Amino acid sequence: MADEVIRLEDVWVYYDSVPVLESVHLVVEQGDFLGIIGPNGGGKTTLLKVILGLIKPNRGKVLVLGKPPERGRKSIGYVSQTNLFDRDFPINVWEVVLMGLYGKTGMLRRYSAEDKKMAEEALKTANMLNFKERQIGKLSGGEQQRVFIARALVSKPSILLLDEPMASVDPTMQAEFYELLEKLSQEMTIIMVSHDISAVSIYVEEIACLNRQLFYHGSKEISPETLQTTYKCPVQIITHGTVPHRVLKEH
Amino acid sequence: MLDLLQYEFMRNALLAGLLASIACGIIGTYVVVQRIVFISGGISHTAFGGIGLGYLVGINPVLGAVFFTIPSALAMGVISRKTRLPEDTAIGILWAIGMALGIIFIGLAPGYAPDLFSYLFGNILTVPTSDLLLMAALDVFIIIVVLALYKEFLALAFDREFGRVVGVPVEALYLLLLCLIALTVVILIRVVGIVLVIALLTIPAALARQFTYHLKRMMLLSVLFSMAFTFGGLWLSFQLDLASGATIIILAGVVFLAYAGISRSLKKTYAVQR
Repeated sequence: MADEVIRLEDVWVYYDSVPVLESVHLVVEQGDFLGIIGPNGGGKTTLLKVILGLIKPNRGKVLVLGKPPERGRKSIGYVSQTNLFDRDFPINVWEVVLMGLYGKTGMLRRYSAEDKKMAEEALKTANMLNFKERQIGKLSGGEQQRVFIARALVSKPSILLLDEPMASVDPTMQAEFYELLEKLSQEMTIIMVSHDISAVSIYVEEIACLNRQLFYHGSKEISPETLQTTYKCPVQIITHGTVPHRVLKEH
Repeated sequence: MLDLLQYEFMRNALLAGLLASIACGIIGTYVVVQRIVFISGGISHTAFGGIGLGYLVGINPVLGAVFFTIPSALAMGVISRKTRLPEDTAIGILWAIGMALGIIFIGLAPGYAPDLFSYLFGNILTVPTSDLLLMAALDVFIIIVVLALYKEFLALAFDREFGRVVGVPVEALYLLLLCLIALTVVILIRVVGIVLVIALLTIPAALARQFTYHLKRMMLLSVLFSMAFTFGGLWLSFQLDLASGATIIILAGVVFLAYAGISRSLKKTYAVQR
């Protein structure tokens, strides 16, 4: 049990008496690369926010590294849905990434030389160092996503949470993007949520389906029945070139 | 215009314009990028209640305004975060209550309130030295807070949720920002008046945004634009014998619209040429 990083026990979340999460149980171990798929409105973002302590569950227990999420989230790098920010906001890539160091730097202090070095490293990992002075809204969706990943990585987290990371990434860039994620998964635990089944690639080691309830699978071989229960309608399983080996087994 | 400087009221007017520009350039930038123009409008109108209270109890009405704008800023912030009431509903309610209280207080105050109109629409030519000192003190406070909390306010404005995750106290900072807006409103009342405050909080910053993608430069530029508008508007109001506050706003509005129109048509021409 020593390497258990996230634990959710019987977690219920309601928005106005409408349940969004129903009795979710989830255990994530160190080094896992978990993909959570489910339809829009199925509670995926809510689940991530519960793990981050941004949403308090109405019932149930949440532990991040054995601590309550407000304390455990220091070790989490979070990449939210990027399509939500103001494209005209006057901020450049460098300032966005430094934001990720806030917890380390603290209130009323300036970013130190060491902070700046860490920001540079994170941008290098995400392959975005050359874009450092660019205004964030002027980048393509995929480039923005890389910046937000750099911002999540800069504090050297042990867990990475990604909310719909592929939504704004150009299809031609997705393979490259998965390579980055795979590289990162060598060093940290990753949880990625997506409404897009094809986004769950060869690199994801485990899959869970979420539509208010969480259907957890040990491996990524997922049955059409499970997908149907999750999406409440027949789902066609499609594979394509960028994810050559991801063939989901039929029962 | 230079020979006008021998008059104290003119020197005070220019100084008031300068002090007001510093506050509205810096805070207006946050108002614009964070899209909280309407809440700022609400805060400024509740100031009228404080003006009325000032008349009633016999203190400087501008100082009285502080006692209304700060609590209403906090109330709007708390109501919109902690209750189910939509933010714009909360703003509308407090806005109207503030104005209504102002009218009632003034009605209760003995005698006639002679310069009520100047609080509503500003009169930069009647700023007393005591108000200049108050404005300067508030400016210093605003500058210190923004310098100290620059990266915190940036996180709040750009990505509140991420800020929370990395430990920025976003809720408290948001209330602090609303209080800074409340103080800026008080600084601006003498210059353009309660009703027109919102223009100086938005137009210079919105114009500055057209020229830069750096928040600090945007603040600096909007301070400069705001100075140009207040001084230019003041001079125009002299030449044309018009109300100073309104002339300042009209000048700012015309410049902004003209710039927007020109940059639009330039873009079109450019697109055609390509």
